Amino acid sequence: MAKEYETVIGLEVHVELATKTKIFCGCPTAFGGAPNTHTCPVCTGMPGSLPVLNKQVLEYAISVGIATNCEITRYGRFDRKNYFYPDNPQNYQISQLYMPICRNGGVEIETKDGGKKIIGIHEIHMEEDAGKLLHDEWENCSLVDYNRSGVPLIEIVSEPDMRSAEEVIAYLEKLRLIIQYLGVSDCKLQEGSMRADINLSVRETGADTLGTRTEMKNLNSFKAIMRAIEGERERQTDLLEEGKEVVQETRRWDDVKGASYAMRSKEDAQDYRYFPDPDLAPIVVSDEMLEELRRRQPEFRTAKMARYKEEYGIPDYDIEIITGTKRMADLFEETTELCGQPKKVSNWLMGETLRLMKEKEVDAENLRFSPEHLAGLIRLVDSKAINGPVAKEVFEVMFEQDIEPERYVEEKGLKTVHDEGALSKAVEEVIAGNPQSVADYLGGKEKALGFLVGQTMKAMKGKAEPGMVNQMLREKLAEQAGK
Amino acid sequence: MNLLNLTAAELAAAIKDGKATAVEAVRASLERIEEKEELYHCYVTIDKKGALLQAEAVQSRIEKGELTGPLAGVPAALKDNLCTEGMPTTCSSRILGNFVPAYSAEAVLNLKKAGAVILGKTNMDEFAMGSTTETSAFGETRNPWNPAHVPGGSSGGSAAAVAAGECFYALGSDTGGSIRQPASFCGIVGMKPTYGTVSRYGLIAYGSSLDQIGPLAKDVTDCAAVLESITSHDVKDSTSMERSDTDFMAALVEDVKGMRIGIPKDYFGEGLDREVSDAVMRAAGLLEEKGAVVETFDLSLVDYAIPAYYTIAAAEASSNLERFDGIKYGYRTAEYEGLHSLYKRTRSEGFGEEVKRRIMLGSFVLSSGYYDAYYLKALKVKTLIKKAFDEAFSRYDVILGPTAPSTAPKLGESLTDPLKMYLGDIYTIAVNLAGLPGISIPCGLDKAGLPIGLQLIGDCFQEKKLLRTAYTYEKARGTFPAADAGSMTCDGKEGM
Amino acid sequence: MANIIDDETIEYVGILAKLELSGEERERAKKDMGRMLDYIDKLSELDTEGVEPMTHVFPVQNVFREDIVTNSDTREQLLSNAPEQKDGMFVVPKTV
Repeated sequence: MAKEYETVIGLEVHVELATKTKIFCGCPTAFGGAPNTHTCPVCTGMPGSLPVLNKQVLEYAISVGIATNCEITRYGRFDRKNYFYPDNPQNYQISQLYMPICRNGGVEIETKDGGKKIIGIHEIHMEEDAGKLLHDEWENCSLVDYNRSGVPLIEIVSEPDMRSAEEVIAYLEKLRLIIQYLGVSDCKLQEGSMRADINLSVRETGADTLGTRTEMKNLNSFKAIMRAIEGERERQTDLLEEGKEVVQETRRWDDVKGASYAMRSKEDAQDYRYFPDPDLAPIVVSDEMLEELRRRQPEFRTAKMARYKEEYGIPDYDIEIITGTKRMADLFEETTELCGQPKKVSNWLMGETLRLMKEKEVDAENLRFSPEHLAGLIRLVDSKAINGPVAKEVFEVMFEQDIEPERYVEEKGLKTVHDEGALSKAVEEVIAGNPQSVADYLGGKEKALGFLVGQTMKAMKGKAEPGMVNQMLREKLAEQAGK
Repeated sequence: MNLLNLTAAELAAAIKDGKATAVEAVRASLERIEEKEELYHCYVTIDKKGALLQAEAVQSRIEKGELTGPLAGVPAALKDNLCTEGMPTTCSSRILGNFVPAYSAEAVLNLKKAGAVILGKTNMDEFAMGSTTETSAFGETRNPWNPAHVPGGSSGGSAAAVAAGECFYALGSDTGGSIRQPASFCGIVGMKPTYGTVSRYGLIAYGSSLDQIGPLAKDVTDCAAVLESITSHDVKDSTSMERSDTDFMAALVEDVKGMRIGIPKDYFGEGLDREVSDAVMRAAGLLEEKGAVVETFDLSLVDYAIPAYYTIAAAEASSNLERFDGIKYGYRTAEYEGLHSLYKRTRSEGFGEEVKRRIMLGSFVLSSGYYDAYYLKALKVKTLIKKAFDEAFSRYDVILGPTAPSTAPKLGESLTDPLKMYLGDIYTIAVNLAGLPGISIPCGLDKAGLPIGLQLIGDCFQEKKLLRTAYTYEKARGTFPAADAGSMTCDGKEGM
Repeated sequence: MANIIDDETIEYVGILAKLELSGEERERAKKDMGRMLDYIDKLSELDTEGVEPMTHVFPVQNVFREDIVTNSDTREQLLSNAPEQKDGMFVVPKTV
């Protein structure tokens, strides 16, 4: 009988914090600068330079710790992790090993069968990001850009509590939601502001010791994570089946080839010689600071869902979707605040927004339109300045470019024509020009009215109010019947 | 008036009174350098043109009354591990041979604010690792008292430059005695302040938890003036302290009545040169005559300071020096195959033997399986040493002893046995481990005519007590003879 | 002497510290390191049970900066000391 195996997975999740400046110097963290223009002596490892901690980084790290039920370390320090690599200008990374800022937490996920499960968090620590290496194929060399060097990161280390790719995804989604709600990071996997390394081992079901694990890096989408877990589970199971041993090592996932490779070399001793960084002062988290950060914790999803139901009375399904991302929830609340019409805002988000997100493959985090402009659009419809179809057309442009709807409608001449004379003329022309349809309608074919409405709208270049068109057509057709 | 005979404070006063100018002072220093540098080799970089330009600018600011401090217009030298914008900063290492920083160390900026005129950068043991200035990649510095002897180290170039009259004062750095010991060997005053007093920003690190910048000067008054001008709370250095009692010149008072001075018996054991011991005890006697209460006591743990120090300093150095890799600045090897070969060849060719020795030791004591036994153990011993000093300072205001076990050794004698060289730091090292201030003042000459240094150690933040004691002693001792008195007057008493 | 540093250890330390020693240098390094470690072993004579390791000598804590951009583009200065540069970046041997 074939043996049964169980997969044991733990995650190391790196999250780039949304601070304005780097962790140890006053350089901007903004993307998009020319290479090495967001640098200074500190983040490029110039001799004699010294680091000073960005307070916001500490506050963000503690906030994540509170939100993930961690114990906050009251006396903490930074340590140096020593290894040579060109993206690491000092050839040591300032990180935390001995006294990480948060420990022993956990988050709850939903499992496939609808049950709940706690994924333990071993620790959360603060550290600096590395620079970027570009590979110059022409010259057969690599180029170093330190713009990202020193961007603040937190690393969230889970316990080996996950047993499947689904649980991993559920855990990552939960973390992402919490962190986005905190406003601490946008957590975009593709852009690298959230990165997951996977520690995976396989053991016979029921075994009480863990198998030898491998660490897999370079996973930048949920799809890649699913595939990598499946691939590594198979690889390790095959090894065990063949009676071979799994080697403890770091592997790099190649999502194009769908395979992983060992990243090993004689020159990488993996002996990081951690020791307390003498250049940075210890961190003492006072009761006051902790209390203040607890007080500043935002309303998380569960609380938000209850409030939406109570306060806005929108459908449960809408609430589920809207609170599913911080960006959607923010858009909903801010737009509602501006226009006072929660149901209409919800309709725009659940209808056109979701449709366009799917069609154009846009994540909620990347939605561009502002609450001001969506509220403006809703006001335009309410005041009958534009009709529904025009509103959808305007929204589609807003979705792409966040235009100001009032101005756009004005400039493009999309305002509904409320001139009864013009409409009346158009209706009469349509009736005169489509005798067959008129006859059909009068003969009891209600459907024919739709065609006539369409023709009238067309004649009005779409700028008529459909209700009005309907009403006038019916009136004029009744007159026709009476003749 | 021979300007070179003046102390820094006297020269500044003369400039202020219009009896001399900053430009004349720089010219005098440059002439002296011209005359003596070939023999002593105190400098790695001499900035003649820049110094003259600075002097002109400073002179005009003095005349306008914009610069009135006690060092305005005085030519000074900087140890070559202090970054200077636009001027090479080499740490006397091949690996930084061509490095020109785009920024200046905070201490250097503070000196410039005080109207200093920078003559150049002084020679040192490579990356401050050594006690003789012989590990410099650019040749050794000689002791102005006798060129066959070393000036001490690692701030040997700074000490020798002051002693030889090639500058009026200099800055050095002290990680385990690197200011006090060369000051002792060169017959001048050198002081290591309390850790955190002078910003380390722009000081190329050796042992970050131990390094402090401090003055090397002709007398205690100059020492206090320099310390006062370089002290500042710097937000760029997380270990910089905010202090209020930094008007160090106010401590120049001739009064030690009731001052409790403790002499550690442990500092007078095996290995201490008899002549040094006698001179130090005579100094203690002078202070007692002036009203200090002097007694001996057991400091304990003295023998453990050196092993603890070398573990901690080497560990920190191994990490601090990782950034020298041939990629961003400095030396890069000519031939390599791939990244790791670039690293290894660059560093093997760029660093000297002593630096490599300490980097390797440091990497080893931090490596997997040894961290607890060596590094952590050393940090615990550091706790005990600090405690021993705390206890001592509950009873004494100042601890008095020798700066070094002997006077300056001959060139070439020390490097053959590194361990023996390390033992020469026995009286200075614990001060760095405990973060305390310490000062070395000349207290005599041995039979060979080489100077002997008296070390005074204070509790943290007690620089003023140290300066007051040192000043009182200096007055009681009388003028100390000058080294290489070729063009300087020598009116000191012999063999005090 | 108690600590014998073998070739393997020196080789390993060389990988950590990125140093490559010639034959003669290596022999001297082995001997020196062994002697230094013997000397450092003296620390084991002291009972440090229950003693806190002292990483920072004074109780300076919580030294922070505010999250405000203070630095501007100084790339030219940064690259002025580079042994080799291209397109505003440092050139290194191929890393992949």
